[in-house]
Amino acid sequence: MNRKMVFNTIGKIIVTEAALLILPIITALLYSETIPVFAFLITAVIALLVGGAFILLTRTKDKAIYAGEGFVIVALAWLLMSVIGCLPFVISKEIPSFFDAFFETVSGFTTTGASILNNVEALSHGMLFWRSFTHWIGGMGVLVFVMAIIPSTTKGSMNILRAEMPGPIIGKLVPRLRDTAKLLYVIYIALTILQVILLCFGGMPFFESLLHTFGTAGTGGFGTRANSIAGYSPYIQWVITVFMLVFGVNFNVYYLILFRHARQALKSTEMWVYLGIVAVSVAAITINISHLYNNLSDAIRASAFQVASIISTTGFSTTDFALWPVASKTILLVLMVVGACAGSTAGGLKVSRVVLIFKNISREIRQMLHPRSVSKVRFEGKAVEEATLRSVATYFAVYMVCFVVVFLLVSIEPFSIETNLSATLACFNNVGPGLDAVGPAASYADYSNFSKVILSVAMLLGRLEIFPIIIAISPSTWMRKYR
Amino acid sequence: MKIIVVGCGKIGATIIESLVNEGHDVTAVDNNSAVVNDMVEMYDCIGICGSGTDCNTLSETGVENSELFVAVTGSDEFNMLSCFMAKSLGAKHTIARIRNPEYNDKNLGFIKQKLGLSMAINPELLAAKEIFSVLQLPSAAKVDKFSRRNFEMVEILIKNGSSLDGVSLIDMRKKYTAKFLVCAVEREGEVFVPDGNFRLKTGDRISITASPFEIAKLLKSIGLDVKQSQNVMILGATKTSYYLAKMLITAGTAVKVIDQNKERCEQFSEVLPEAVIINGDVAAQQVLVEEGINSMDAFVSLTGVDEENIIMSLFATTSCVPKAVAKVNRDEFLGMAEQIGIETVVSPRNIIADVLVRYSRGLQNSMGSKMETLYKIMDGKAEALEFLIEPDCEIINIPLKDIKLKKNILIGGIVRARKTIIPTGDDKILAGDTVILVAAGQRINDISDIIK
Repeated sequence: MNRKMVFNTIGKIIVTEAALLILPIITALLYSETIPVFAFLITAVIALLVGGAFILLTRTKDKAIYAGEGFVIVALAWLLMSVIGCLPFVISKEIPSFFDAFFETVSGFTTTGASILNNVEALSHGMLFWRSFTHWIGGMGVLVFVMAIIPSTTKGSMNILRAEMPGPIIGKLVPRLRDTAKLLYVIYIALTILQVILLCFGGMPFFESLLHTFGTAGTGGFGTRANSIAGYSPYIQWVITVFMLVFGVNFNVYYLILFRHARQALKSTEMWVYLGIVAVSVAAITINISHLYNNLSDAIRASAFQVASIISTTGFSTTDFALWPVASKTILLVLMVVGACAGSTAGGLKVSRVVLIFKNISREIRQMLHPRSVSKVRFEGKAVEEATLRSVATYFAVYMVCFVVVFLLVSIEPFSIETNLSATLACFNNVGPGLDAVGPAASYADYSNFSKVILSVAMLLGRLEIFPIIIAISPSTWMRKYR
Repeated sequence: MKIIVVGCGKIGATIIESLVNEGHDVTAVDNNSAVVNDMVEMYDCIGICGSGTDCNTLSETGVENSELFVAVTGSDEFNMLSCFMAKSLGAKHTIARIRNPEYNDKNLGFIKQKLGLSMAINPELLAAKEIFSVLQLPSAAKVDKFSRRNFEMVEILIKNGSSLDGVSLIDMRKKYTAKFLVCAVEREGEVFVPDGNFRLKTGDRISITASPFEIAKLLKSIGLDVKQSQNVMILGATKTSYYLAKMLITAGTAVKVIDQNKERCEQFSEVLPEAVIINGDVAAQQVLVEEGINSMDAFVSLTGVDEENIIMSLFATTSCVPKAVAKVNRDEFLGMAEQIGIETVVSPRNIIADVLVRYSRGLQNSMGSKMETLYKIMDGKAEALEFLIEPDCEIINIPLKDIKLKKNILIGGIVRARKTIIPTGDDKILAGDTVILVAAGQRINDISDIIK
């Protein structure tokens, strides 16, 4: 383990976070909020000192980053970022408890959108901005951002990208890593601007448009109101519905559409399966809930919004879907697990993994019928490597194990099984709101500090796809002797 | 620049590494997905698993917008076909690795023309050429030729007891009458361009530029041997050995080739009737002694196994053969082999990488000069470049002392009308000159890059 390089890179990320804190400072200044300005300033200085110390103390000639280093960097960087990112809330006393603030910040960076706040409107503008901005940063990934701006020819930077980007198969868009990172951010920023414009056009104030766009782009779910999107016009609800789906699609597709062949982009199996799941779910839920609404268009809008919000793991809501019939709620729970496409900002298991799991199952069954048959699983027009299939199967197993462990740990709380199950699923898959006591109308405020930490870890596990965290905390990574 | 490299073997990997370090957008293509993954993991390039002769794979790599297409798989025919298809699909320049002797005589021009190849590269032939130059001047560790052999750069290892030990460069120039310039020094792994007060030390590797005649004069007055090797033993009947033996025989040298494979020995004796071919175990020292290794002027180990080459060259050195050369393919072994005392180590893959780096920079460089040659010297830590100066170049007609050069850059020589000038401050560069530069630790694309 090249520890110096690990901490050097983490130092760079913390300094980047300090730089990013300038934006909420500006916001707070614009709204002349004195206490938030100081809270952000103090945090930025702390981040600068910590990051600077890391960089200065770990200068080294050996700049190699291997797979192990990549995982550890990503895991520790996210943890430290969250610890520093929650300081403004604590310092300004807007969220006085450290555990609450930590939960809120992790929920922000991991684009979960689960909140411990019962009254969002009470927050100052600066804090609201920072809360939503963490979604935007966390959505595409801080390390990707750092790679886009810092010129580095370090051997093995690919290992960092791989550890931070979700999905079973990670490829670069263009040969140079730095150009790939830049392209991803260009697409990300372009889509963000487009959505802000469309929301402003619908009559939403600029500040709220910006914040809701951050929440949508990172597929996070923090908003500015306690009742989320419910109070806005149907036009705005539809815009957000579409953009939630858009940010759940693999960014490679947009790259292909914009810079190369649109036809090639339309061949993406994953995108079509994703849209297929959305269409079927919307239809099923509309039928199931139509009796609750006066007319069909309201029912379609409500179900489309909720399906888009849940499958893209955003977590906005237009109604309290905890009050929907059991069938609809169950569909939403399943969608939480499925998640959106790999290579997007969404969480969950990812559609490509689900597709591969099903294809693998059907192959295994064929193999049982014809023991001598030889067959390859095909996906996106290509034969899938056995190593990829194996890693998908392993990921699913680890995913289930982690889910069970978190579920068990949270079960000591005095809530119903439905609450705990949905809370675990919503946090682990970076969705946000669950059902019952943690539904869209409620919050995670009533959980104990212990459970808040457990759920925070679950959110990090979900965002970083489990392995980086496990590798970072396993002792053999840090020991010099390998056994 | 967008470059596609088909074939990610040893040669391919080296090419990819040096082109990525040059700052190009490299796409690596290979049939074997594990190899492609290795490339993507190690170097900042994109990898595509597929055949280089498959139209779909090629268009997936974006061949139509690529500037350079390089095919370096193990098969000549595959490389030719792949380059031909790439050219037809729109690649601007194509380079194929063609190493089979039968394609490399008179046929090569025809093949290149018909397939539209910009260049054919043959690592074995280039390695043989490099070894041949060293054998012509055995007291040098390495000989690089510039300007159609009118100018040379030789690398010398200052051995224990050498008359150069402790001499400063100013004194060295006073002491020896020959016209030369010490361009670069490698000491303890670091390479720099020395100034006049620099004192040489045992263990330094120095690069000297001069015309071939002056170099011979200098080496003679230092007390080094300048006679070419008369008796050469070559280990391994490989393609490189074939090319080398042929050149040596033409130069009138006696050649003995040893290989353990009967069939290959027979082939060799067929194509090289003048050489003595011995069928015996190359690793058996007794065979070598029996064949008179002690009376050889030079020993060249060219088997396909690096370790064997290194060990047998060491054995030759201990058997008092004055010159031992080892071919080493793995990068990791290069420095190691030099450390344990083998004076000349030849790496075909690095030679090829140099050729491609030169070619890619040549495609990029702009006005005023044309890059003719590029050699990486001192383990790739410095570069020696040759530029042809054109009339619109910005540094012509200025006395050199008035040109502010960047640090660690030296004008090592000017060739004007086939005459060599070792430049002093009052010399000027004129249009039509060939300028030889040495640069340590930086990249020179164009002659104007040397000015501050």
